[in-house]
Amino acid sequence: MPDDDAREDAHKSADADVEDKEKSAAPAPDDEVAAAVVERFPGTVFRRSHGQPVVYVNRAVWAELGTFLRDEQQFTQCMDVTAVDHLVDAERVSVPGVEPERFEVVACFLSHPRNRRIRALCEVPPADASVPSLTETYPGANFAEREVYDMFGISFTGHPDLARILMPDDWHGYPLRKDDAPSRVPVTFKEDPSPR
Amino acid sequence: MSDTPDSTEDTDARTRHVFVSDPALTRLTDEGSQELVVTGGPWPEDEAEGDTMIINMGPQHPSTHGVLRVMLELDAETVVHAKPVIGYLHTGMEKTGEELTYVQGATNVTRMDYASPLANELVFSMAVERLLDIDVPPRATWIRMYLVELNRIASHLLFQATNGLDMGALSMIVYGWREREETLRLLEKITGLRMNNNFIRPGGVAAELPDDWQEDTLALCDVVEKGVREYDELLTKNPIWEERLQGVGVITTEQALALSASGPILRSTGFPWDLRKAQPCLAYDDVDFDVIYTQNGDCFDRYRIRLLEIFESIKIVKQCVEKMPQGDYRIQDRKVTPPPRARIDESMEALIHHFKLFTEGFKVPAGETYVAVESPRGEIGCYLVADGTGKPCRLHIRGPSFYNLQSMSPMMEERLIADAVAVISSVDPIMGEVDR
Repeated sequence: MPDDDAREDAHKSADADVEDKEKSAAPAPDDEVAAAVVERFPGTVFRRSHGQPVVYVNRAVWAELGTFLRDEQQFTQCMDVTAVDHLVDAERVSVPGVEPERFEVVACFLSHPRNRRIRALCEVPPADASVPSLTETYPGANFAEREVYDMFGISFTGHPDLARILMPDDWHGYPLRKDDAPSRVPVTFKEDPSPR
Repeated sequence: MSDTPDSTEDTDARTRHVFVSDPALTRLTDEGSQELVVTGGPWPEDEAEGDTMIINMGPQHPSTHGVLRVMLELDAETVVHAKPVIGYLHTGMEKTGEELTYVQGATNVTRMDYASPLANELVFSMAVERLLDIDVPPRATWIRMYLVELNRIASHLLFQATNGLDMGALSMIVYGWREREETLRLLEKITGLRMNNNFIRPGGVAAELPDDWQEDTLALCDVVEKGVREYDELLTKNPIWEERLQGVGVITTEQALALSASGPILRSTGFPWDLRKAQPCLAYDDVDFDVIYTQNGDCFDRYRIRLLEIFESIKIVKQCVEKMPQGDYRIQDRKVTPPPRARIDESMEALIHHFKLFTEGFKVPAGETYVAVESPRGEIGCYLVADGTGKPCRLHIRGPSFYNLQSMSPMMEERLIADAVAVISSVDPIMGEVDR
């Protein structure tokens, strides 16, 4: 059956194409810092997001990544630490090689001498919402990590003073989580006998 | 009121609130009421040993610029430890941002740093535009730059006014407000509002500049320049001013970098970093201006940098008047931009389109991005995550004041409590942006 053979061949080559595409979907980083990070921390996935270099790292090496970036890659400042709750996303960018979890912790680093930025993301499951703290390397991440803890309930191990920062100390819940609806929480003040 | 003494419990409750530094200085009378006895002689020396007091400065303190609270651990008059406590102005603006469409988003973010609202709108709009992969027309870019620089002038004038007030140069609040009001008047003429302008929106700016904006701008530049020269004359060589600020609140480059400080705080330590020069956005490449930086890292340098930056902003504004290109003030992409007012009268489709855009907004493809620009206080960033719907999945603003507040502790420690006021003022925090 020559037709069937031809189809079989076509099928095989299509499969091969898909495999090739999957392989090429995790491309070699075209950013030198990202390339160094991928080499240093195996399992890291590189992605270019609207022109900006982004690395998805395993959260176990989150603090080591900070040390590596500061000491070996001249990243002088950690500009921002924040988090995202992907619970109710209508659509989410799927990055091949990254197992998506509910939370994502994001840190933006800036190198003044090399005048470049890099953004690092790590996936955090809600069952064990904790990430090593960057404050050892970048003391400036202190407030930002407290804010993430306050708003998302993600704890940072090794943080010197992990307490609520924006919400009252006796607040229950984590306001920026998607299942914490703003309308459900009555407005209340500290030591107010009954919520209004 | 009866003359008989109260019950013992009440007396105890009353005396408990009296601060007793040394029991020997106080004696209880037979009636149980308390009497303080003034004795002469030097302050007992052994008291200073390891005896620190914790006092709260704020949140309702006139020199804390809103509702900043600083917990100070004092050894006599020396600050041993300073800890900023924030959150008193937290209104959940990032959560609100997730409930608003991208069209409404600028209205929300503009209220964060209320002293430089246009920088907030700019960074938000640029983040949305990057996710949409659209470029705004050159005229819109220049109008944005022009407005942000006008806003920088207004913001630094506000600093000059309040910094003078905090330091006891009381005439500065009047002088600073005089010029700032002129700047805001021009902003009002252009945008319709003095503050919280909501003028820079995804896709461009909201409207065309008024007809005689060039003359108005040049007139304003003259007024502000004259005013700022006056401040310079009044303050810079003034021995009282120098005494009060020089060598106060010193921070090193290493400390500033480690604590994620940016803007005038970082530049005052001899680190010439300005995003307008280093990573130019808008049309900062096409205008000529200098980055002001100094070496000492003290309160005086931060005052000086903000003063001289007003002149640099005036330079940029004047070049904007000269070089402003012609063209559209917003992108002609019907996905983002509402149809012109005239079309709505004649076309049903235009009316529907307009309605849809302002009720549902436009959809932004899934993605995430971080955009940073130089606000008067440092790097303002916007981390935006879209999930393909008309509302952002996450809107995070990196407020420069939020991070700059952390460098307040090393500036205050081992200094007198009177200098704490100078330090708070020189950090120039805007609490709306800190607490969001």
